[in-house]
Amino acid sequence: MTTPTNGKKGFLSRRSVKAVLIIGFVLGILFWGAFNTALELTNTETFCLSCHEMKDNVYQEYRNTIHYSNRTGVRATCPDCHVPKDWTHKIIRKIQASNELYHKALGTINTREKFEGKRLELAKHEWRRMKKVDSRECRNCHSYDYMDYTMQSRRASPQHIDGFNEGKTCIDCHKGIAHQMPDTSELSKEEREEFNLEQ
Amino acid sequence: MTYKTRKAALLKTSGITLGLVLSLVAANSWAGLSSLRGEASIESGSNAPDVKREHADSPPIERNYFQQPPLIPHRIREYQITLRNNKCLSCHSWKTYKKAKATKISQTHFDDRDGNAQTSLAARRYFCTQCHVPQVDAPPLVGNAFLPVEELSK
Repeated sequence: MTTPTNGKKGFLSRRSVKAVLIIGFVLGILFWGAFNTALELTNTETFCLSCHEMKDNVYQEYRNTIHYSNRTGVRATCPDCHVPKDWTHKIIRKIQASNELYHKALGTINTREKFEGKRLELAKHEWRRMKKVDSRECRNCHSYDYMDYTMQSRRASPQHIDGFNEGKTCIDCHKGIAHQMPDTSELSKEEREEFNLEQ
Repeated sequence: MTYKTRKAALLKTSGITLGLVLSLVAANSWAGLSSLRGEASIESGSNAPDVKREHADSPPIERNYFQQPPLIPHRIREYQITLRNNKCLSCHSWKTYKKAKATKISQTHFDDRDGNAQTSLAARRYFCTQCHVPQVDAPPLVGNAFLPVEELSK
């Protein structure tokens, strides 16, 4: 490689390339850090509850359940169940969530009545999402491999064994555990089968 | 009623009231007011009752008296019985009880108040926990002389 012999410095001189690389690297770190911080900020309960739609409806229902308050104080907050943990799936879900911003602007569920009107549809979205990924967010904490059936109650133990043998996933049975159940009487026969609802 | 008799009656009633108030005051200063809290005076605080522990799941509990609604032998924390949904039915309905190995709802629960059989659970029987309750370790608040069926036939 030739170095400039006279005083002129070329655009792609060794020094400027070095400078661009270093500045780019530092900016990259800063950008990535900021992006990730902002992303994680949207992954907190405080952020979810900054919308009254969440705070007045689903949050109030969740506060009565075991995932909010229990004997050991271990909690599962909104994103623990509703946002995937690993990066790829998290980003995909975050992009999908831009649709929720659109409906926030439209005011689709900005009153209790509108929310109740949409409850079944919203629940169906989440049941389908959970089922499609084999209840991945439940399994972040509740691992089937490490369940001790002998420690479970006399009702839970056989039902878990049978359920797993039949290839069922958590959400098939554990619906309405963190929020109120919608009125499922309007569902078609196919949907009742899909959601394992039999009464 | 003449004016005189009315006056006498009024005097008599006020006399009785005064007597009652006086005797109550007297009784209070002697023995302390006895209420469900016990003998504690109104000024003093009372101890909060112990938290009662719900029983763990068990086989069906024997009935203690004739026509007692069967007790719930398991925990029911967070089981929703709302206008929209009844969690109990996911195991105890006629469609599901066999698979869930649960007790099925009694036939009587399908009759409405006029005795007409319905195709589904009658509305007046919908809220299970009005009659069926889980148990905690607690002595009965009041005594009773209820007897199981076998005792009655003796």
